[in-house]
Amino acid sequence: MPESEATCCQEPEVDFVVLDRIIRDEFGGRREAMIMMMQTIQRRYRYLPEPALYYLSQVLGVPITKIYEVATFYASFSLVPKGKHLLHVCTGTACHLKGSGGMVRHVAAKLGIAPGATTPDMKFTLETVNCLGACAVSPVVVFDDKYYPQATVGQLNEFIEKVNAE
Amino acid sequence: MATAISTAPDLAWTKKISSPQELASFRQAILASLDPNAPRIRVCCGTGCKAVGSLDVLEAMKTAVAAAGVDVHVMPEVKRTGCHGFCSRGPLLTLEPQGLFYQRVKSEDTAEIVQKTIIGGEVIPRFLYKPPGSKEAIAKVSDIPFFAKQTKLVLKRVGRIDPFDIRDAIAAGAYEGIAKVLAEMTPQQVIEEIKVSRLRGRGGAGFPTGVKWESCAGQAGRHYVICNGDEGDPGAFMDASVMEGDPHAVLEGMAIAAYAMGSDRGFLYVRMEYPLAVQTLTAAIRQAEDLGLLGQNILGTDFSFRVSVSTGAGAFVCGESSALMSSLEGKVGRPRAKYIRSTEKGFRDSPSNLNNVETYANVPEIILRGGQWYTTYGTERSTGTKVFSLTGNVHNVGLVEVPMGTSLKDIVFGIGGGVPNKKELKAVQTGGPSGGCIPIPSKFIDINVGFGKLAEIGSMMGSGGMIVMDENTCMVEISRYFINFLVEESCGQCTPCREGLTRMREILSRITQGEGREGDIELLEEIGQFTNNFSLCGLGTSAANPVLSTIRYFRDEYEAHIRDKKCPAGVCKPLYYYEIDSEKCTGCGVCRKRCPAAAIEGEKKKPHTIHQELCIKCMECYRNCKFDSIRIM
Ligand SMILES: Cc1cc2nc3c(=O)[nH]c(=O)nc-3n(C[C@H](O)[C@H](O)[C@H](O)COP(=O)(O)O)c2cc1C
Ligand code: FES
Repeated sequence: MPESEATCCQEPEVDFVVLDRIIRDEFGGRREAMIMMMQTIQRRYRYLPEPALYYLSQVLGVPITKIYEVATFYASFSLVPKGKHLLHVCTGTACHLKGSGGMVRHVAAKLGIAPGATTPDMKFTLETVNCLGACAVSPVVVFDDKYYPQATVGQLNEFIEKVNAE
Repeated sequence: MATAISTAPDLAWTKKISSPQELASFRQAILASLDPNAPRIRVCCGTGCKAVGSLDVLEAMKTAVAAAGVDVHVMPEVKRTGCHGFCSRGPLLTLEPQGLFYQRVKSEDTAEIVQKTIIGGEVIPRFLYKPPGSKEAIAKVSDIPFFAKQTKLVLKRVGRIDPFDIRDAIAAGAYEGIAKVLAEMTPQQVIEEIKVSRLRGRGGAGFPTGVKWESCAGQAGRHYVICNGDEGDPGAFMDASVMEGDPHAVLEGMAIAAYAMGSDRGFLYVRMEYPLAVQTLTAAIRQAEDLGLLGQNILGTDFSFRVSVSTGAGAFVCGESSALMSSLEGKVGRPRAKYIRSTEKGFRDSPSNLNNVETYANVPEIILRGGQWYTTYGTERSTGTKVFSLTGNVHNVGLVEVPMGTSLKDIVFGIGGGVPNKKELKAVQTGGPSGGCIPIPSKFIDINVGFGKLAEIGSMMGSGGMIVMDENTCMVEISRYFINFLVEESCGQCTPCREGLTRMREILSRITQGEGREGDIELLEEIGQFTNNFSLCGLGTSAANPVLSTIRYFRDEYEAHIRDKKCPAGVCKPLYYYEIDSEKCTGCGVCRKRCPAAAIEGEKKKPHTIHQELCIKCMECYRNCKFDSIRIM
């Protein structure tokens, strides 16, 4: 995610000028583009900061409850900040057959968090994804935006060790 | 997760093509400027190959070509192409004009390939493909059984053109269909041609496309043409490959549909997990608009059609037509009851036609060659071809396009090369999460794949996912997996789907944990039938299929879990353990080195043992033992 500003774990400060650019310039302030605006906001901050959503609500004239509804309906949105490192484990059918369910459980147990959650030190977020379209090289994991085809449990251990060593 | 590919050529300076006839001369000019015998290297940059590093290979190849360039007379062109389909062998190269096919190429190999093959004309055996069980390597694309046994109508340009350069697509015939339509056909004639072809929607339900277009065209108001690129089925990537490899086929199909229905506005709804497809489509739209093939006054006529790309936000149910339209409006995607037809009142409450990516991609060729021609492929009731994404426990994983009515055997064994590691084939799953598992070995191996046949045996065509399962797949667990997926993805507005799925998941989880009870199977059947009968949308009405079809064909496996507390396939962790067969173990040490939990002990060349209390049952040893000495107990 090259556009993301927040490289660390502090709550990013929401820049309303930036939001304005996204809402008005990039998407012409159209209500229909709300989901894509939220995606752009999320790419920038790695989650949907509350002030940004309130601002979006004002500019678009959409009640905040509706925005909250959208933010919680779609799996890709997060209302809480993500960790510094992101691990996506594909749990699509092809990957599942090659043991990705066990990988998720392994990492979850090792980090002491549930899939979708972030470690308390904000270093690591574990996510699952339903197919990345790379089923031929399953099981696939994506660690910090890099694809690892035919991933192994050993590799996952390496990621965790690397992060913990930081 | 996007990895940027260098930008598309800027065509804004080019003059717009101002008539259908001019497109033909434009194509001729491109073709004339191409030397058919010029060396060309194509690097597959589909998602599968990208995941194994094809972008690095592309860059390395460019560097290698440039470095060698001084001595060579012809500069080979290195193109990025969309998915060839042979994803398990990536990164893939094709070398023209010889038609050589190199697989599993690494960046380090590029200089050698340029020196030996491009300059020296020598074939390097190590990159050639060897079919499983055969010692003969195959050099040419056209001779590889995986390709030779396919019929490519939809995928004909995928993997052969640079999806970021419209001139490549035009040279290969793109936009000829829309030119023909604009030059000589009325909207009614277009619809008639599609009806003659008996094309059925490729998104799952198989609804006749011509009929849908006709009913939409007949409505009053502004019409919308929408393409469903949501491809939510996990383990399926047909639509992704078409959008990534030949975006123009989809756009042209949409434009023809728009002309037939009198629409001037289209939308492509693409899954957010497909960043590459968004890039190729956006670039394709821009270039097509620059050339006057989309946008205002297409090919100088008074037909205008503007298309834009929208992305989903990770909700499987948004693949359903009414949910998709509501998501396009920026709202949550909850399906609505079917008695309101989208063709009358869809997107923005206006008549809207929604088709799948592959459906649109079929259209230009039907227009060019005629509906009658199309019916020569496939069967009486399912015409044309279908693209399947063949995955799971099969040698050749990838995209496969075959005429409708091809047998499962031909697909799984003929093209797929069968099951690897000497394992038994157990089942083939089709139709995505709400499809069914077809038991094999059985008479079903000879079944001809088409819309009707698959439904008959309790599965469905779905969008084209085909997942091969070997003996180490537990049918109870796989049905728990699909139900769990559907619980997560159910929008929750209707009770049968929301509650029925949750209860089924509860029961299945219990069974896989060794806590199954007598009567569970019957209860599952009852809840399953209820859910299928009384849910609101297509998600719920097919949601119980994975459970019902596995009970129908693999009841004994359910019983083994419930009565004997055993998982015969060795998947449900509390119900099995691994043991090393001391007779077979050679003490090679592979399992000991692979084990992430350090649970395996043993001296070199002596039989090893597993410490059960340490074993995390990750399967690493089982999968990697070459001597078949790890046993499931
Ligand atoms: C839960 C659910 C998910 C669906 N997902 C998709 C999808 O990902 N892609 C698709 O083309 N059709 C999907 N469909 C089918 C669409 O509702 C619709 O029938 C189809 O896109 C129509 O196009 P066609 O006539 O060209 O097949 C889905 C249907 C349901 C009920
Ligand atoms: S199932 Fe994992 S990439 Fe498709």
